[in-house]
Amino acid sequence: MIEGVEQTKLDMMGGGPLKVGPEPLRSSKFNYHHRFITDHLVSGLAILSTILVIAPLVAILVYLIFKGASSLNLAFFTKIPAPVGEEGGGMANSIVGSGIILMLASAMGVPVGIAAGVYLAEYGRGRMLGNLVRFTADVLNGVPSIVMGIAIYSLIVVRQGHFSAFAGGVALAIMMIPTVTRTTEEMLMTVPHAVREAAFALGVPKWRTVMSVSLRTASPGIITGCMLAFARVAGETAPLLFTAFGNQFWSSDLNQPIGALPLQIFVYAISPYDEWHRLAWAGALVLIVLIMVSVTLVRVVASRGILKGNQ
Amino acid sequence: MGVGIQVENLNAWYGSTHTLQDINLHIPANHATALIGPSGCGKSTFVRCLNRMHETNPIARATGVVKMGDLDIYKDVTPVEIRRRVGMVFQRPNPFPTMSIYDNVASGLKLNGFRNRRVLDEVVERSLVNAALWDEVKNDLKKKSGASLSGGQQQRLCIARALAVDPEVLLMDEPASALDPISTSKIEDLIFQLKSQYTIVIVTHNMQQAARVAEKTGFFLNGKLVEFDQTHKIFTNPQDKRTEDYITGRFG
Repeated sequence: MIEGVEQTKLDMMGGGPLKVGPEPLRSSKFNYHHRFITDHLVSGLAILSTILVIAPLVAILVYLIFKGASSLNLAFFTKIPAPVGEEGGGMANSIVGSGIILMLASAMGVPVGIAAGVYLAEYGRGRMLGNLVRFTADVLNGVPSIVMGIAIYSLIVVRQGHFSAFAGGVALAIMMIPTVTRTTEEMLMTVPHAVREAAFALGVPKWRTVMSVSLRTASPGIITGCMLAFARVAGETAPLLFTAFGNQFWSSDLNQPIGALPLQIFVYAISPYDEWHRLAWAGALVLIVLIMVSVTLVRVVASRGILKGNQ
Repeated sequence: MGVGIQVENLNAWYGSTHTLQDINLHIPANHATALIGPSGCGKSTFVRCLNRMHETNPIARATGVVKMGDLDIYKDVTPVEIRRRVGMVFQRPNPFPTMSIYDNVASGLKLNGFRNRRVLDEVVERSLVNAALWDEVKNDLKKKSGASLSGGQQQRLCIARALAVDPEVLLMDEPASALDPISTSKIEDLIFQLKSQYTIVIVTHNMQQAARVAEKTGFFLNGKLVEFDQTHKIFTNPQDKRTEDYITGRFG
């Protein structure tokens, strides 16, 4: 026992009434008004900014519904485009084509992107290769999508001698990688060091700690990053122009040109026919709705089985 | 059953800082040993050398001999192997936030590839009972996240997690310093019960705590082990002037 110390502490705590001077009391009235106004000003600005963020999305959606909803019917989802001069037709082949290209792109881009992000966060800290990968990812993120299209055109399409769904998938996959990589890295960096330490102290090898602890803890953020990348490339037209090329007929062959919603919208939008313009609007509406539905679905499925703490 | 730990000429560095200098001591099996000393004196570094957690920091290194029973932990085994035999509880409770209470306790086994559900159930229950947490959580083992418990419960969960891999030694780095007095006394009761089965090394800033739970106490100062003896001798009749100054509150 260290009686001396304890006693001093007790004296300090119970030694007399807390001294509250008149000075802070007088100024508190001013403080209150000042704080009240600042508080409301700042929350007002925050609410305004929120509205400004949501407004464009709502405006686009409303306009698309206004322009495109009337052209939506069963044929739109079941028929291929009608030849010039004929009425009707739909975009069934483009919807399926977009789905195939995006699945290909995600299957290639997401694993590579996450693996690179894991390297950056868990192994490549402060190393030359790590810095190089990070720099490359940032530059790649800024490469215009049309340039990506031309690059894949000369690397794959020219060599194979024909346009293909595969080439389109590769172009979009490469566009997804930088976003996935950088968000994976950022999210892994937010996992507290104490959590990794807990796993190491249990004799869990590093690779297992990364897979089952770090990645799992960061998974909600990483999924958001993947969805962002997915939504971004789902509407890309330029990289598909020279790779997937588009197709007016049914095709699910990865080695053949394939239809895609953005391409079909592009073709219809620059055409001289009113009917095709209306179909382009409908296509744009379907594209946006499909992106929203798939992003929501992935979020719901992925958030199952992850317990959240109350902290 | 616990094993004794023999430490010979242990030196440790962080970068160019010499944090531990020529430490020699013997930690007896199946007893609690307390390490006291002011902040930054090297006692945390010392326990982190006992399960080779020290070297997880890229700028850290250590030399010397640490023997657990007959096993030289720096020569005969990999860091991963030794950490499976030496449990550790940290200053701040660090349950895995996305895992359920059950998975937290089972994590040491599950993450090392053990999958037998019936045995896991048994181990989880036994560990939680030993950590005095079973009655509080038995109804939401798989429903609640480890992070949803209170701080004191989280720390006992971390103790259960460490016990589940059946270690021989349990290292505790200020296990109660982030907890309120009631949770602290629960942890101390726990140490009292556990020391019959495990060799316990506990770092603490609270000298009463050292006096209550430990048979032997070591006093660290500026990276050196100043005195290591029976706890009652350290607190009633210290041999070194610096020990006396510290425990009477003249510094630190």
